[in-house]
Amino acid sequence: MGLEYMQNTSDTARRVIDIIAEQAMVDTSEVRMEMSLSDLGLDSLGLVECIFGIEEAFDVSVPFNANAPDQAGFDISSVGAIISEVEKLIARQAA
Amino acid sequence: MRRVVITGAGTLNALGHDVARTFAALRAGQCGIGPLTCRDVDRLSVRVGAEIQGFDPEQHFSRNILPMLDRFAQIALVAAREAVAQSGLQVDDALGLRAGVIMGTAGGGNLTVDDNYRAVYADGKNRVHPFVVPRLMHNAATSHISMEFGLKGPAFTVSTACASANHAMGQAFQMVRTGMADVMVTGGSEAMLGFGGIKAWEGLRVMARDTCRPFSRDRSGMVQGEGGAVFVFEDLEHARARGAHILAEVAGFGLSADAGDIVMPDVDGPVRAMRAALSDAGAAPEDVGYVNAHGTGTAANDRVESQALRIVMGNHLDRLPVSSTKSMHGHIIGGTSAVELLACLMALNDDVIAPTVNHTEFDPECVPDPVANDARHASVDVVVSNAFAFGGLNAVLVLRKFA
Repeated sequence: MGLEYMQNTSDTARRVIDIIAEQAMVDTSEVRMEMSLSDLGLDSLGLVECIFGIEEAFDVSVPFNANAPDQAGFDISSVGAIISEVEKLIARQAA
Repeated sequence: MRRVVITGAGTLNALGHDVARTFAALRAGQCGIGPLTCRDVDRLSVRVGAEIQGFDPEQHFSRNILPMLDRFAQIALVAAREAVAQSGLQVDDALGLRAGVIMGTAGGGNLTVDDNYRAVYADGKNRVHPFVVPRLMHNAATSHISMEFGLKGPAFTVSTACASANHAMGQAFQMVRTGMADVMVTGGSEAMLGFGGIKAWEGLRVMARDTCRPFSRDRSGMVQGEGGAVFVFEDLEHARARGAHILAEVAGFGLSADAGDIVMPDVDGPVRAMRAALSDAGAAPEDVGYVNAHGTGTAANDRVESQALRIVMGNHLDRLPVSSTKSMHGHIIGGTSAVELLACLMALNDDVIAPTVNHTEFDPECVPDPVANDARHASVDVVVSNAFAFGGLNAVLVLRKFA
């Protein structure tokens, strides 16, 4: 990844990674796109806190129910998936 | 140790304004969940709840007392009046000294807190009503019951989130059993279907958007309700001496802490609480004819509670009806296990098992017999009522048919 990865990282991605890293109590450099939240040691409470952090940071509303995390219309399978969902939410809000 | 019996029951909840109407609704599998009507509901993503319909406090309380009563205390008093009236107790000076009150609530005067925060923070008011403190305090319901009936013995309030009422009733049971009191008025009530109370639960992301479907494969979370129930627990000899009608025997109580996660349910803690309660009652798993489950309708609770029941009940679980009446009266948080004890009394006295309504699809990870959608006739001698709170605090009551 390294430099090339950093250059290609959008501002949105950086802020999402900051939020996830803070919840996981790891350095942002340890967060990679293909990682799942459980790879980062986050449990369901950590996930709910990440989503809250994202909603507050981007002023968006994330459709997420902890009872059906896979069916909520918001892909949380990896860090990269979460970033692309957040980008979609922001685009939809701007539209 | 003394034997303890129930000689009175009362309630106010979304299914009915008294025990008879609540039994009728439980029997019919009526669902009390509907659209929420609180202020600013358009700013909530959770829009359903089990509200009490058609309750007019002014029909029950005079204008000089009403300003003192938050809705959770109103509910408790209305239920206590019904329970004490049914018991036939005449509380004179001597009995008053031997009688007490223990009530459970999680939010206490949550609506009063919400209204007054709104007044000072949002509306910019600099003055609040003089009775805000006596309205909002968690012990208000207990105190008003003790005052109305002249109950001067042990009295306090228990607050253990969703297990509050079972912890309260379990403690009242011990007090009568050990001779600290002859009569205890006990149960729980909750009223937090206001903007702040619902918004707080919304934050956890565990609430259903449509309705509560415990043990159903497509369940999507819990639905809050409001209400309460109150019972008269009495020393058996005291009840016999005055020729009281006995509704059931309180046979056992078991409690435990998960010492695990603050919100995620656990198998081991509930297993230990159920086993302790059965052992306290001198009952074997095979004696149990009905379990009123905690059954919140969240993905995690119903799966984990089912695993715990399998460990405690073994193969007997395949023949054991287990229902969650939260599907009808909603999750009444600190008062819920009191309302659920009514379903246990109905099973023991009327031979009717209340169903789990809104059930659409069997879940192999859940209990084999959730009594889906329709009440069932069954003769039952021993019933178990589960309450497993956030914070990992578990409280299980066992009732036995009185013969």
